[in-house]
Amino acid sequence: MRSVYAIYRKEMGHYFVSPVAYVVVSLFFLVTAFMFSQYLRAVVEQSFEMGPDFDGPSQLLRAFLGLLALLSLFFMPMVTMGLFAEERKRGTMELLMTSPVRDVDIVLGKFFASLTLFVVMLLPTASYVVYVWLHSDPAPPLRVLLSGYLGVLLFGGCLLALGSFLSSLTESQIIAAVLTFAIFLFLWVISFGTRDTESVLGQVIQYISVIGHLDDFERGIIDTSGLVYYLSFIGFFIFLTVRSIDSLRWRRA
Amino acid sequence: MIEVQDLTKAYGPVTAVDHVSFSVNEGEILGFLGPNGAGKTTTMRVLTGYLPATSGTAKVAGFDVTTDSLSVRRHIGYLPEAPPLYPDMSVSGYLDFVLRIKNVPAANRRARVDDALTKTNLGDKRNELIKRLSRGYKQRVGLAQALVHDPLVIILDEPTVGLDPKQIIEVRHLIKGLAGTHTIILSTHILPEVSMTCDRVVIINKGKIVAVDTPQNLTTQLRGAQKIHVETQAPEKAFAELLAQIAGANAVKVEPARASGHVTATVEAGAGKEIRNLIAAKIVEKGWPLYELRGVSLSLEDIFLQLTTDDAAHAQASNN
Repeated sequence: MRSVYAIYRKEMGHYFVSPVAYVVVSLFFLVTAFMFSQYLRAVVEQSFEMGPDFDGPSQLLRAFLGLLALLSLFFMPMVTMGLFAEERKRGTMELLMTSPVRDVDIVLGKFFASLTLFVVMLLPTASYVVYVWLHSDPAPPLRVLLSGYLGVLLFGGCLLALGSFLSSLTESQIIAAVLTFAIFLFLWVISFGTRDTESVLGQVIQYISVIGHLDDFERGIIDTSGLVYYLSFIGFFIFLTVRSIDSLRWRRA
Repeated sequence: MIEVQDLTKAYGPVTAVDHVSFSVNEGEILGFLGPNGAGKTTTMRVLTGYLPATSGTAKVAGFDVTTDSLSVRRHIGYLPEAPPLYPDMSVSGYLDFVLRIKNVPAANRRARVDDALTKTNLGDKRNELIKRLSRGYKQRVGLAQALVHDPLVIILDEPTVGLDPKQIIEVRHLIKGLAGTHTIILSTHILPEVSMTCDRVVIINKGKIVAVDTPQNLTTQLRGAQKIHVETQAPEKAFAELLAQIAGANAVKVEPARASGHVTATVEAGAGKEIRNLIAAKIVEKGWPLYELRGVSLSLEDIFLQLTTDDAAHAQASNN
C-alpha cells in the first residue's frame, strides 16, 4: 500500500509540476464551458417551442454528460500515453522494477493518479450542472446528477485502464495515444446499427459496447449490469497491464 | 554476500551469459571487466532481479533472485548504464522518491538524503531540477540513488562513464570508501579503474568468465615472460647474433628502426631473469651506441587483450 502511494505521489507530482495537467484541465474546462452554454441555449429555445411537456433540465443534463464522455475520449489518451511509454524510454522503468515494489503496485499507483487527474478535470464542470439544478423548476432528481457523474467517471476509468495497458506495450507515446483513441472509438461505435436487433449476436455486441451502459447512468439508473461491465473492463485492463509489465522482464531489453 | 552458480541467460538463440559462476564476499569490491557486449550488463540485471535467468542460480544477501526477488531488491542499490532519472524532479525530491519506493520509513528519509548528497558532493545542487544538471552531475545523482537507502549490496554499471577526470577520481574514492560496509560490484571497460578500485576482478568475454583473480595476481601471473626493448646502431645480422648468444634470451626479434638508421630488438627473457645488464655490457663491448634499453612490463591492458583474444582464437579453432 505504501508503495502504491509512493508511485501515486510521484505521478501526481509529474502531472502538476510539468504543464501536462494544466494544459489538459484548462482545455477541458474551456471546451466544456463553451459547449455547455451552446446546449443551454438550444434547450431553452426548444422548450419555448415544445411547451410545458418538455423536460428541459433532464435533456440538457443527458446531452452534457454525453459530451463529457465524448470529450474524455479525446483527452484521456493524452493523460495515459506517457504512463509507461515514457518510463521505458527514459530507463526509469529499470529503477522501479529493481526496487522492492510489486508490478501491481506500480500499475495501481499510476492508474489512481490518472483517475485523480480525471476527477480534477470533471470538478469544474459540476458547477454548471449544479447551477442548472438550482435554477430549474421542477429540479431534476439529485440522483440523476450523481449517477450521471458516476457513469462518466467509470467510463473515463475504462479509457484510462485501456490507455495504460497500451502505453505499457510501446516506448512511443504517439503510438500509445493513437491506439487508445482508435480502440476505444471502435468499442464505442461497434453497437451502432444493433440498437433494435433481437438476435443474440446483436445483444452481445450491444453489451460489449462501452457507450450503451452509460445511458442508464445518465437516466439516474445504476444498473448492476453496467456497473459490472465497467468495473470488470477496468479490472481486466489493469490485469493486462500488470502482465505486460512483467513480460518486459522476459522480452529482450 | 553474492553467490552465482552456473548462471546462463539466453535471448532466444543468443547466449549472453554462459554458465557463469563466481562469488563476492561481504565488504568486497568486485570488478567486472570485459569488452562491450561481453555480458556484464546482463549479469548485473539478473542479480538485480530485472531479468530472469535462463538457468543456474544467483543469491544476493542470502536470497534467491528468482524465487525471492522482492527480498533481493530490498537489499540492493543499482545504477544502470543510463542513470534512471526523472528530469522534472529536484535532486532531493528524486532521492526522497527513491527512498519511498525502497520502503525506508519517513523518520529516516531526511537524514539519508542529506547523507547521500554529502557523499556524492551534491549538497549545492539539492534543489536543482535534474533536467538542468550537466551529464557529470546527472551521473552523480544516479550514484546517489544507488546508495541513498544504505543497501547491503551496491551494483554499479559503468559508474564513471561521462565524468571528467577529476570527477572520476572522486567517484573512485567514494566507491573505495563504501567498501567494507557495503558489498560492491562494478562493471567497466576501463582497465586502470579496476586496478585502482577493485579487490578482485572477473574478466568476462562473450558471456564466459575468462579469469577471476586480484588485479596484482593477474599482472604478475602473466608477467612470466618479460619483454625487453633495445635500440642501438649496428648491422642487423651481427646484432641478432650477439643477442642470441646471451643466456636467457629466448625469442629475439630484430627490426630496422625508422629513418634514424637505428636497429631495434625485442627480446623475451625467462621469468625472473635479469639480462638487461648483460645486453648493455655486450653492446658497449662492441662499441655500438646504446640508445634505449627498457623492460616492457605487461599492463592489465595486455593481459586483458591476451585473455580475450586467446579465447577468440580458441573458439575459432574449435569451430573449424
